[in-house]
Amino acid sequence: MSDQLTAAQRVALSRQTTRPGTADYIAALFTDFFQQRGDRQGREDPSILGGIALYHGRPVTVIGHRKGRTLEENLTYNFGMPGPEGYRKAIRLMEQAEKFRRPVITFVDTPGAYPGLEAEAHGQGEAIASAIARMSTLNVPVVTVVIGEGGSGGALALAVANRVLILENAVYSILSPEGFASILWKDAGRSGEAAELMKLTAADLKELGVADQVIPEPAGGAQEDPQTVFDAVDAALSAALAQVAREGDFAARRWEKFRKMGTCAPEKE
Amino acid sequence: MNPIFANRRERLMEMKVRRKGVEQPRRLVAPPVFDKCSRCGAVAAKAELARSLYVCPNCGYHHPIGAYLRLAMVLDAKSFRELNEGMVAPNALQFPGYEEKLESARDATGLSEAVVTARGRIGGVPVAAAVLDSHFFMGSMGVAVGEKITRCVEYAQRHRLPLIIFSASGGARMQEGILSLMQMAKTAAAVRRFQEAGGLYISFFTHPTTGGVTASFASLGDITLAEPGALIGFAGPRVIQQTIGQTLPEGFQRAEYLVEHGFVDQIVPRTAMRETLIRLLRLHGKGELPRE
Repeated sequence: MSDQLTAAQRVALSRQTTRPGTADYIAALFTDFFQQRGDRQGREDPSILGGIALYHGRPVTVIGHRKGRTLEENLTYNFGMPGPEGYRKAIRLMEQAEKFRRPVITFVDTPGAYPGLEAEAHGQGEAIASAIARMSTLNVPVVTVVIGEGGSGGALALAVANRVLILENAVYSILSPEGFASILWKDAGRSGEAAELMKLTAADLKELGVADQVIPEPAGGAQEDPQTVFDAVDAALSAALAQVAREGDFAARRWEKFRKMGTCAPEKE
Repeated sequence: MNPIFANRRERLMEMKVRRKGVEQPRRLVAPPVFDKCSRCGAVAAKAELARSLYVCPNCGYHHPIGAYLRLAMVLDAKSFRELNEGMVAPNALQFPGYEEKLESARDATGLSEAVVTARGRIGGVPVAAAVLDSHFFMGSMGVAVGEKITRCVEYAQRHRLPLIIFSASGGARMQEGILSLMQMAKTAAAVRRFQEAGGLYISFFTHPTTGGVTASFASLGDITLAEPGALIGFAGPRVIQQTIGQTLPEGFQRAEYLVEHGFVDQIVPRTAMRETLIRLLRLHGKGELPRE
């Protein structure tokens, strides 16, 4: 455990290129992964990786943001920033999961949805909204693991889950600390300060009720000992899945969970 | 449209608005003080602007208007009843200076938060309506906005009313951090449940609507309308420009662009807003059939 790290240090760790990503978790935790590509509307977005796999021998649908390690990979995966096509592929895969009664497991690791011209032209806002809405009513168990950066709506679009687990040094926030600082103070250089204020660390998110469980990482971060992290994620994930499956009423319980996010006064109408 | 007819219709609307303006919403927030169009610079008498529903008579720019004023334009006289008035959210992240900023926004606008939700009638048909107000924290969605919208959706579902939401928002409320992000999930899920239960949801984009509001309830309408020239997008134009390093094409992310790309059903000028809603309600089997 590394309690002494600052929020800004954790932000840096969450972005480490050597940190295990979605593809690594799929390789380590699942067998017989069958990749599914394309939104069936004309595009494949490689920044979202998804398909069917066996998890402890049982079929599941697994979907996650994909980042690269090298510049070349990052150009292919657009630095883990999906366009609307990626979210539409995710919707397609989730709907299939529901049809075939497979649980959905998602891995979140994105700086955010891509803010590009074509992404806007193709309806980035609509795609994210639809992914969130569709995910909210899926009648199968959904468990999300935030493994790196949980950047804004682009992260949430894969994170409307019955359980949200988060790695100790992963972050999940409304915006990157740089974006936050530049919006509020017109100064992206104050991102360190922003990170502290934003309550974006795993511990903060647990306290706010946004994350259900924090998965510890080895000293120095997940990249220092990936196998230990895979084992810890596996244990937490299988326990969460079993628990959600036992509870039943997946869509209704997921709604109750998100319905309670944030309290207001007065309580009554 | 025949200009004579358009003119007459505007005058009719003006009379309606004036009549309702004095007796309907309890606090009709004054529209922004201008007599010079912020887009084309044309000078118009304030009375003339009020008559044209704050659409510039010269260039057609639809000036952003307050939530109460919008409701006065849309709802039948005396039908307005506010829901969850005065609902606020605590400073959950203890964000420094946030309470003071909220306080001054409240003083400046007379609003308690960036959305007004209400029950009312449109052409005699009872509806639930929510209107975001860009004069309050740029219409950004924090916990209170998310909660009021969710309750408005639930109210519509409970009372089997059509739901109409007018969006105008800079996106998520930064000062409420991740809890603002969660409001996207809450509102989108609420709308989805309402729609699966058979509810009619009309989403009306007004200028400007970006970020988390575009990426949640505002993009989920059964019917999606937009005011002419409204900026609608996920990422703001400045961010996109910085990302791609080139200037954006003329008209990018404007309502007309969204129609072209298939994300908006129709552009509805403010002068036709109320009639269009009446027509849509009628097409869904709500309200009186036309006399003629």
